[in-house]
Amino acid sequence: MTPRHRRMATITVLVVGMGLATALILRAFNENLMYFYSPSEIAAGKAPSARDFRIGGMVVVGSVERNPESLEMSFTLTDYAHQTRVSYAGILPDLFREGQGIVAHGRLTPEGSFIAHEVLAKHDENYMPPEVAASLKPQSLPTTAANAP
Amino acid sequence: MNDFFAMGGYAAFVWPAYGLTAVVLALNAILPCRRERALLRQLAAEAKRQGSQ
Amino acid sequence: MFASWHKYASLMHFHALSQRVSPWCFGLSAVLFAAGLIGGLGLAPTDYQQGESFRIIYVHVPSAWLSMFAYIVMATAGALSLIWKVKLGEVIARACAPLGASFTALALVTGALWGKPMWGTWWAWDARLTSELLLLFLYLGYIALQAAIDDRRAAARAGAVLALVGVVNIPIIHYSVEWWSTLHQPATITKLGAPSIATSMLIPLLLMAFASQVFFFAVLLVRTRCEILEFERHTQWVKALVGRSSMPTVIA
Repeated sequence: MTPRHRRMATITVLVVGMGLATALILRAFNENLMYFYSPSEIAAGKAPSARDFRIGGMVVVGSVERNPESLEMSFTLTDYAHQTRVSYAGILPDLFREGQGIVAHGRLTPEGSFIAHEVLAKHDENYMPPEVAASLKPQSLPTTAANAP
Repeated sequence: MNDFFAMGGYAAFVWPAYGLTAVVLALNAILPCRRERALLRQLAAEAKRQGSQ
Repeated sequence: MFASWHKYASLMHFHALSQRVSPWCFGLSAVLFAAGLIGGLGLAPTDYQQGESFRIIYVHVPSAWLSMFAYIVMATAGALSLIWKVKLGEVIARACAPLGASFTALALVTGALWGKPMWGTWWAWDARLTSELLLLFLYLGYIALQAAIDDRRAAARAGAVLALVGVVNIPIIHYSVEWWSTLHQPATITKLGAPSIATSMLIPLLLMAFASQVFFFAVLLVRTRCEILEFERHTQWVKALVGRSSMPTVIA
């Protein structure tokens, strides 16, 4: 084994070892690396009940109800398997709209609805001019599938 | 033209992003070139001092 | 092979070659940037969801790609210098770090400027944003290490080890949006299948990405020349080179 081979072996071991160690750490902390829970995970009882967490999903079309007197509003989030009702009072991002993916930060009530203190919009990885979007049928838009958590 | 600069109401986000990019590109181009010139000048001065000794 | 290359000759030849190549790289990147800007700000249509704010993509995505590409160059150069003792690897790795750090910072800031109007927040501790921030810290750590160790060869070795340890972060950045739920959207261009972006929007993006790539190489060549001059300042060829170029007209 020449010194060069030894150095090569050392560095290979270093990089592979780092990769393995990182993979194990990331596996252990997988839960914490998730930015949000889906309505299905909440239905399965995987979401924390004692502290704040984030929920992500699509806003069901036609589910948004606004209180005309205040900023209070509520809407239904879905991941196409389960649904969660979310209530919120505050400023919404520009991209908030029905059929759009959003992430809400807040707490689950004992009754199973979600009270949010912050609502963020998720946008998808598709970019196109409005004419092209209009010519695609809503159900064939890749938006819905890609944005579902 | 005003429409262009207004960026559909997002001017406050779009133009700073482009402006900062321009600054980063300019600094990346100018600073190393100046450093190279200064370095050459410095090395030339050193060489001259050693040559005259 | 690599090891038998004449150590000084390879740096000297790279120095001479880079002086011929770097002006062309600067010129080419300027032309590509101009074309990309005309396409991105002028010709590309408005996005159906994000309106005009999506135009930040033309500065955000190229700098984000470059932030990772520069790291791969830095780590590869570091590996070459460690395994084959290629001196050129040492100087290139050192030249990469400030470039990579500046483009990582730019990707983070332009991303925040995009996130505020679209997501509703400047920052989120999701896996993509956090791993990109870690990349910035890796670059800054490398730069600090170079500044802290006086012996250039020892500094280069320590830096190369740090760069190789941090390489694991690159696939994490890329796949973070698939492995975990994130606020950041998944990849558009590099996903399997056709890119989900209209062609009129895609072409300026590719132009801007190519422009920044060429720009990166142009600056890398200049920075590498500086590192070579400092590294080899006591050698005969540098003294000869400096003697030739010590006429004021050449320096100015």
